[in-house]
Amino acid sequence: MATLKVDVHHVTRVEGHGNIVVDTRNGEIKECRFEVVEAPRFFEAFVRGRPYYELSHITSRICGICSVGHATTSLRATEKALGVEPPEQTVLLRKLNFHGEIIDSHVLHTYMLVAPDFLGVGSVIPLATTHTDVVLRALRIKKLSGDLCATIGGRHTHPISMTVGGFTHLPTEAELGEMHARLVDARADMDETVALFATLPWPEFERETEYVSLKKDDEYAFIDGTVVTSDGFSYPIEDYRKVTNEECVPFSTAKWTHHNRESYMVGALARLNNNFDQLHPRAKEAAAKLGLEPIVTNPFLNSAAQVVEMVHCVEDSIHIIDELLTRGIQSEEPPVVDMKAGEGVGSCDVPRGTLFHHYVYGEDGHCTEANCIIPTNQNMANLNHDMQALVPQIMDKPQDEIRLMLEMLVRAYDPCISCSAHFLTVEFV
Amino acid sequence: MNNESMNNGKPRVAFFDFACCEGCQLTVIDALQTHLDLLDAVEIVQFREAMTEKGEDYHIAFVEGSCTRASDEERLKRIREQADTVVALGACAHLGGINALKNLHPLEDVRRWVYGDKADWYETYEARPISAVIGVDAVIPGCPIDREEFVKVVKALLLGKKPPIPDYPVCVECKLKENVCLFHVGKFCLGPVVRAGCGAICPTFGDGCEGCRGLIPNPNENGMKDVLAEAGLTVEDVLSRFTMFNAYQIQERAVEEEGKWLP
Repeated sequence: MATLKVDVHHVTRVEGHGNIVVDTRNGEIKECRFEVVEAPRFFEAFVRGRPYYELSHITSRICGICSVGHATTSLRATEKALGVEPPEQTVLLRKLNFHGEIIDSHVLHTYMLVAPDFLGVGSVIPLATTHTDVVLRALRIKKLSGDLCATIGGRHTHPISMTVGGFTHLPTEAELGEMHARLVDARADMDETVALFATLPWPEFERETEYVSLKKDDEYAFIDGTVVTSDGFSYPIEDYRKVTNEECVPFSTAKWTHHNRESYMVGALARLNNNFDQLHPRAKEAAAKLGLEPIVTNPFLNSAAQVVEMVHCVEDSIHIIDELLTRGIQSEEPPVVDMKAGEGVGSCDVPRGTLFHHYVYGEDGHCTEANCIIPTNQNMANLNHDMQALVPQIMDKPQDEIRLMLEMLVRAYDPCISCSAHFLTVEFV
Repeated sequence: MNNESMNNGKPRVAFFDFACCEGCQLTVIDALQTHLDLLDAVEIVQFREAMTEKGEDYHIAFVEGSCTRASDEERLKRIREQADTVVALGACAHLGGINALKNLHPLEDVRRWVYGDKADWYETYEARPISAVIGVDAVIPGCPIDREEFVKVVKALLLGKKPPIPDYPVCVECKLKENVCLFHVGKFCLGPVVRAGCGAICPTFGDGCEGCRGLIPNPNENGMKDVLAEAGLTVEDVLSRFTMFNAYQIQERAVEEEGKWLP
């Protein structure tokens, strides 16, 4: 664990302002990069000394958008460290909650943050008047996904009932039945969503890179699995550092990562590229309508891949609820934890990509060391290489157009600078 | 707020964030699912999470996040100068919240732990609520905020009324929900001394209150001690639990009582 201390600064979300700096004096690119200035929050330092049952509650606060993802990853790390294996029902409910968050995050990004670019407005707010049906549909899907999370975890942002080995509260079969009906109804909204996004003129730009995600034998991986790359590598989750290979760059407080190439990409597009065959048939149909056929090398299409994942998660949620209702909800108490010192790594493919939590616990069940590696950080180097490849192709366009194109590229990565590259400043030096 | 400061009769509203997870602003966005008419009542001129447009002329400022850097203070003061009403949005702004957990460790240790020999590159100091830096007119407690409470507070502010934040404990709401007391099933809960308004959501979902809404004004500390004694717990157990969101308040209290900032 000697190297743990070097890694920790990734715990802070890439929050605050990101800057795009482009210097094209004399027609030559002098500088072209995306700068991140994080507001450090020191999670890895302050979870030290906290008891194991608090860790998922504390680390969910890293991110308000993917708090279910952080909580689930955190619980898996703790469970592996303490030797707890969650029962089948818990695994199913966690998956369902996770799907709710994937839908929630993707609908927020695609409809509210990406779509305005294509409709020539600065936010979703004017669309409430001009494209009322679209906005109402987005809000409807968002409410459904939020309610799905709340049914299982108590609320979406910072789930309450998820705990080590199980749940402190279980949904009733009636509640699950209601969610089932609403998910089935949501198929119409999904069809409309695919139809809408299939009409968008995605910018044309190709740059092949290495795509990294989790992979499982039996399903499209979101929770657990092995770490795989499109260059043919595969690692157990515990060896995550062999993939992330972090390095410091002088102009970014977010460390960069690289594996087999100069950079790699995580997120919906990487998952779609690596695990396409495991998508639900309806999601594959959506992919066909959106023109996505692996390997997709246009990073702007990450948003389209998110649409495909929404369809997949709606279908798989229906399937999971069917299974839960067939089994019947069993009243299960979370297992009593047999306290011992231990170390564990948890990994999930959260909305923005592969997330790792790595904890060490002392004999009293208090955390002694922690490391978290966040998807947005892993995408930073790749985003920069994309920018450097894109700028020469669009250099002759008016500055406003270049600015918008670069903002759209940053936004396509759905970085957790709070979903909002909308606040980026583009500096033309 | 006078009429001159209005635009088409609508107060201009801005959202800001400091060190936080932005979950409270997301809750605001979620509030629009059920209260889209809020957009008719106010004009949002700045909301980084959701819009590109940016106006500096606003009347009500909602601030999420704690102050963790000396350079944040300047930005907070500018917001205070501009806004007629400053509202602390959520536990980080209201209490210091989860960020203040770092205050329990020596700052130098935290910085070295995270940044090693690059610690000097990154500015930080003890996390604090925004009220430690500027005057605050209203608070919406919680981690995250409660969606319905947010709507209620906005309505009250627009009507020039005092925001309806309860000053009774979580237990009141928990009893109204007819929940089984968690102490009776061997769990631990801060409900007896923590401010209600959340609908006792954590106990309702089987997990003890973690204190994200802060202490009620006059907590019955002796009563709480009795409850704890019955459950075989000590005041130290509570304090340790209470630090998850209230480390700053505990330290302030230590300064008042013992004249020193812990650790």
